[in-house]
Amino acid sequence: MMGVTLTESAARHVASFITKRGKGVGLRLGVRTTGCSGLAYKLEFADAVNPEDHVFESHSVKVLIDPKSLPYLDGTELDFAREGLNEGFKFNNPNVKDACGCGESFNV
Amino acid sequence: MALLQISEPGESPAPHQRRVAIGIDLGTTNSLVAVVRNGSAEVLRDEAGRTLLPSVVRYEENGRVTAGAEAQRHLARDPRNTIASVKRFMGRGVADVPNIENAPYDFVDAPGMLRLRTVAGPKSPVEVSAEILKALRARAEARVLEGTSAELAGAVVTVPAYFDDAQRQATKDAAKLAGLNVLRLLNEPTAAAVAYGLDNAAEGIYAIYDLGGGTFDISILRLTRGVFEVLSTGGDSALGGDDFDHRLYCWVLDEARLTQLPPEDTRLLLIKCREAKEALTLHGVARINAELSDGRKVNLTPSQAKFFELTQHLVQKTIGPVKRALRDAGLAPADVQGVVMVGGATRMPHVQRAVAEAFGKPPLNNLDPDQVVALGAAMQADQLAGNRAGNGDWLLLDVIPLSLGLETMGGLVEKIIPRNSTIPIARGQEFTTFKDGQTAMAIHVLQGERERVSDCRSLARFELRGIPAMVAGAARIMVTFQVDADGLLSVTAREQSTGIESAIVVKPSYGLSDAEIARMLQESFQHADDDMEARALAEIRVEGEQLLAATGAALAQDADLLDESERAAIDAAAAALAALLSQGDRRQIKRAFDALGAATGGFAARRMDRGVQSALTGHHISELA
Repeated sequence: MMGVTLTESAARHVASFITKRGKGVGLRLGVRTTGCSGLAYKLEFADAVNPEDHVFESHSVKVLIDPKSLPYLDGTELDFAREGLNEGFKFNNPNVKDACGCGESFNV
Repeated sequence: MALLQISEPGESPAPHQRRVAIGIDLGTTNSLVAVVRNGSAEVLRDEAGRTLLPSVVRYEENGRVTAGAEAQRHLARDPRNTIASVKRFMGRGVADVPNIENAPYDFVDAPGMLRLRTVAGPKSPVEVSAEILKALRARAEARVLEGTSAELAGAVVTVPAYFDDAQRQATKDAAKLAGLNVLRLLNEPTAAAVAYGLDNAAEGIYAIYDLGGGTFDISILRLTRGVFEVLSTGGDSALGGDDFDHRLYCWVLDEARLTQLPPEDTRLLLIKCREAKEALTLHGVARINAELSDGRKVNLTPSQAKFFELTQHLVQKTIGPVKRALRDAGLAPADVQGVVMVGGATRMPHVQRAVAEAFGKPPLNNLDPDQVVALGAAMQADQLAGNRAGNGDWLLLDVIPLSLGLETMGGLVEKIIPRNSTIPIARGQEFTTFKDGQTAMAIHVLQGERERVSDCRSLARFELRGIPAMVAGAARIMVTFQVDADGLLSVTAREQSTGIESAIVVKPSYGLSDAEIARMLQESFQHADDDMEARALAEIRVEGEQLLAATGAALAQDADLLDESERAAIDAAAAALAALLSQGDRRQIKRAFDALGAATGGFAARRMDRGVQSALTGHHISELA
């Protein structure tokens, strides 16, 4: 198992968003079976660690992943990127075989 | 690869279903757009990193339209085709806008709303505002939607609390014209309070002190269970940051011994004065350098102390309305839990000081005063788009600023929806006919706090026709007032037995100024006693007329029941009442009314007996059991 990591830029942004929000223990990543190519990412603030969660720490930010999602995400690096004028988080996921055009859903 | 944003726990959107909603502060001087991303609201910047979009639109001969900073650069050179502060003209006619003669535009008075003549043809304030909104929409699309499959679900646009129906409708129309789906209009002070999270905070009284570019507004809000209620509003529609620039400008003219400047030079110096004001606020020092069109040079260094001295009376002018608003709300400064500062002009240190003194506590100023309204609007937009905020359900309601009602007999106003009712709201009341055989009813919709129609503002009139002929008081007409979430009113009248219906959507052609609203409110407080007296007088008059009509009808039918002296007594009492109705005071009329009642008492009893006998005649007793 390789786990999941954040780039330094992603970690910095997550930490600042959590500070602005005023609460949260970390970031929760996951996958859901939905979307035009089968699976979609979940990217949420986490207010609590569930007993079954896998917890990774990257640049001092806790990343929580439920056991069912982990196989789909193992080895993923979460980056913070700018495209044009827009900014946001980007999953660099080695498990993905193909993704839909916009990349919001994918297949492994 | 899509760019994703962090969602609240359990609220990750399904792919391709992310709904982005924006909040827009459509200001007199500057406008902003904000959005909630990664759990917090942020104001969106343009390519150059600027948050404020100057509310300026320029029309060129070739049909090109520009909005924002680019248009603003032409203010000095092309004042007629470069429209600034268009918000002052929204939903207004030429006669409604105070100091319109000072505006450098070529106005065309059109029914309903004025137009501005430009090289590209006459433009309505709605069209001009739509250009500002289009620029903000483009900014939001570039910064939030580019590279994602998300769509723009809609926008919350803020309006001043005192905006009336016409001004709100004009704002909504402008948004539609800009291709925006208006989720709702939100009062500016409410948006500012939301941005400070006051809606999640303790219940209590909050004051919103908003000194913008051209207007000053003070609103006293009460928060109870997530509902903001406007207790009172006040302000000065002709006082703002621009006046501070203007004071400095007058000082420059004096110091540099300038007179009769062409409009370009006036604009140039005003812009320089604004920059100097901002520098004095931020750094405490400033320099005004300008070269006029005739080559003369201006080179001055106003001190901060000088600036305070020049403008202290403007600051003081805001304190009067603050005290009045508190008095209107029946509150003392100590009752106010927090004061929110809105508007760039509130950055000025002497403004901060004066407000702190007036309320006896330092104001809330840790959010950018230029941004608070847009941030609050974005938070509300996010909520309405279905992306729930973190703290559970958060129902935010607004209230109507003035009562809505209709005219009843005697020129009185029956209030259907009292002021400060939370919207959306629907209220109905049953009315009946006044005369026998009445087949139509005029519905006159009014806005205001006073008791008499003549003291309130007429919003609309319409008629309900086809009421079946019945005796007075038998028809049942349900009149329903409905105010939607944007504060727009529709009125329906329905005769209950036949179901015939008539309705109107109230879109008054002219707006009320904020000063008028404030005046109407204050008058209703000052004249509370007069109004009560007027209402009582009108009521006794209506009752008197009804009694005279009933007496006349009874005499026509059953005069044979009376002997001569009884008849004479009734006639005398009726004549006395009739004479007093139009001119007597309330007590005199009441005495005459009671006298006629007493004089007809025996007559009424005998008529009753006859009525019962005739009703029973020809009927077997068993049929009546």
